[in-house]
Amino acid sequence: MFQTSLKYPSIERFDEYFSTDLIVIDGRCHGVTAIEMRTGQVHLFRSKCVIIATGGAGRVFPFTTNGAIKTGDGMAMAYRAGVPLKDMEFVQYHPTGLPGTGILITEGSRGEGGILVNKDGYRYLQDYDLGPPDPWPRKKAMELGPRDRLSQAFWHEQKKGRTISTDYGDVVHLDLRQLGEAKINERLPMVRELSSSYIGVDPVYEPIPVRPVVHYTMGGIDTDVDAATSVEGLYAAGECACVSINGANRLGSNSLTELLVFGARAGRGAAKFAMCGVAETNDQQIQAAAQAAEDRILQLFRRTGGTESVSGLRRDMNDAMEAGAGIYRSEDTLQACTETLQQIRERYKDVLLTDKSNVFNTDLIGALELGSMIDVAAAMACSALQRKESRGSHQRLDHPERDDAAYLKHSLAHYSATGLPNIDYCGVMITRSQPAERVYGGAQE
Amino acid sequence: MSRRPYIREPSKTGWWLAQPRYIRYMMREISAVFIGIYIVVLIVGLWQLSRGEAAYIKFLATAEGPAGLTFAVFAMLFAIYHTYTWFQVTPKAMPLTLGSKRIPGAFIIAAHWFGFVLVSTALWLLVGS
Amino acid sequence: MSERVIELDILRYDPEQDEAPHFQTYTVPYRDDWVVLDAINYVKDELDCTLSYRWSCHMAVCGSCGMIVNGEPVLACHAFLRDYPQKIRIEPLQNFPVERDLVVVMDDFMDKLSSVKPYLVAREEKDVDDGEYLQTPAELAQFKQYTACINCLLCYSACPQYALTESFVGPAALALAHRYNLDSRDVGRSVREDVVASNSGIWECSFVGACSEVCPKTVDPAAAIQQTKIASTGDYFLKFLMPWKRQ
Repeated sequence: MFQTSLKYPSIERFDEYFSTDLIVIDGRCHGVTAIEMRTGQVHLFRSKCVIIATGGAGRVFPFTTNGAIKTGDGMAMAYRAGVPLKDMEFVQYHPTGLPGTGILITEGSRGEGGILVNKDGYRYLQDYDLGPPDPWPRKKAMELGPRDRLSQAFWHEQKKGRTISTDYGDVVHLDLRQLGEAKINERLPMVRELSSSYIGVDPVYEPIPVRPVVHYTMGGIDTDVDAATSVEGLYAAGECACVSINGANRLGSNSLTELLVFGARAGRGAAKFAMCGVAETNDQQIQAAAQAAEDRILQLFRRTGGTESVSGLRRDMNDAMEAGAGIYRSEDTLQACTETLQQIRERYKDVLLTDKSNVFNTDLIGALELGSMIDVAAAMACSALQRKESRGSHQRLDHPERDDAAYLKHSLAHYSATGLPNIDYCGVMITRSQPAERVYGGAQE
Repeated sequence: MSRRPYIREPSKTGWWLAQPRYIRYMMREISAVFIGIYIVVLIVGLWQLSRGEAAYIKFLATAEGPAGLTFAVFAMLFAIYHTYTWFQVTPKAMPLTLGSKRIPGAFIIAAHWFGFVLVSTALWLLVGS
Repeated sequence: MSERVIELDILRYDPEQDEAPHFQTYTVPYRDDWVVLDAINYVKDELDCTLSYRWSCHMAVCGSCGMIVNGEPVLACHAFLRDYPQKIRIEPLQNFPVERDLVVVMDDFMDKLSSVKPYLVAREEKDVDDGEYLQTPAELAQFKQYTACINCLLCYSACPQYALTESFVGPAALALAHRYNLDSRDVGRSVREDVVASNSGIWECSFVGACSEVCPKTVDPAAAIQQTKIASTGDYFLKFLMPWKRQ
């Protein structure tokens, strides 16, 4: 895709510019401010529309498949600019990540016939309404069940003491040995390479230790089916957005399709909007807003002193989220989590930034990313606290059942200066597929 | 604001000493020089042969003297190294497929060595003795 | 019980403070399954947050963390501490200007990549509604390995021709040009020729082969370039022998 984009000289790229704030005046977006990382200069990009495609926020959690840059900055920008974040409580744990690094072991390994066993060598998923175990492989059963159910099964096995203990926490085993070397080399060469290099396990001979790791943020910037947000001229597409296409649990490969469909819709929508006459813009207001954004950044950059480190705060936030808003949540854990996040927000005001260089200052960028993550984490935790039911990837120990009467709706987290969002709800668009019981395994037949 | 990208220049003459792979590469390239000189020697030999027996015997005396032999040994070692490195890279330059399967590089290299031995043996039998 | 430690000598450079890059040493705990990137992250998180470097995926697919570790260009996230001695020297990639610490200026590569037109040049441009450009698995197999390039620039760092001749288009760009030249849906070899078959293109390459040795995705740019040389030579002679034939 990147290479094809080089074909169009009308696409002008600004590589390694870190966007910080949307310029929104009277419900309309007029552009964005961004730091040119190599010089430290803050630029105002004035535009008729903005499309946000900044990805998810997995880095809010400690164990994640996500790359370092997935810190929810685009979500936070829209959030602070008044766009609600929808369905933030739905965070997908992918059931098979490597312990420690969180490196993703693709679902394809189960699709090709891999099985998950606990410390007794038992295919435990049959105990969680996903069986019977044979014939195997079989769609929508056992290891090919949905990701949320598999991650939840791990949690239960862990509670029963049936997971395997390692230096990097508890794991279960993903066994590919029955596939044979030839098939593994042909269909899953990357799995073999990753497993061999990163944990010294060759799946041809040994089962791979895996555990659920945060993978995808179903929630995000509230958009409609044309990728438009409630702010005029502002669009969002991809993992940072929530149309919602993925509901409470995303199916494998749908994120890629989502990018293609909604990326195109966002592009078309934005182009159409840009071409149909522009409302009067108040230059002064725009400049003032941009200046305010730059001042905020400079204030952070020029801070001297401080007792908190970016990495320390980040670690505390990660721990709070894993403990409080992990695979299974409860009133107590979520409450504690939101309180801790509020404390971290306070402590953030005392952060120490040692790097005073203008050139490629990753200390500053790291601090800005942390700020985004604290906001996004609060949206996740508060939305989860308010949703007193279990649905898909949001599981409450104190409300284990799905409650369509009260909660068949999308949550909307609205930014507030206190740090804790105001949560309200909007209806779910139901057309052809009617809500029903989710059944897998033998029960489907 | 204050970018100042710093350029680290490699040594124009000594860059190849920095890594074993570069040294091996230079040896490969230098081997051509030795082979080239040996070809010149052969041409001189042919020329002397054309000038008659006496000239040719004089040529052989030099060529088979201690300096000549030392050079010949080096030239042969470099030639073998040249051949080895050349064969090693042939699969890269000409990937061959049989139907839909890629023919393994090792096979192509082995085939080249086989051909080399075959041709060398044939020549040896023809003109060696 | 004392914990095993290793020493990282990292090349630092802040253009606003330093005349020239200089090494700084950090002592970092050793962990069996850590990669160099983990050690560097430890430095940034615990010892010195002013250290700047690029990284993201931590699984050798994004190509961000290319650097020279003990003289060899590697992806820091795929260089395992257990394979190195106690002292590890870390520098930014060779043959690119150093922006800051371990961050290099990649602009030259980005320009060269664009110059080889690394996109499908189809015989007839199709509208999305007209459907896909069809291709068989066998046709895909022809060029698939060259699609694996993650633009990590290890090959440019290793290439002595690129070191000595700034205008050289370079291994990754030429490998990507080859990827499209081999793609059955593409007819763009002639439009890429000006750059690819120029003196700064494939003909600057003397087949050192270092690029393919360091490539973490086994793209084999050296092979791509040699194959392009053969194809280009063929084109050249065809132009003389059969000038009427459309390339």
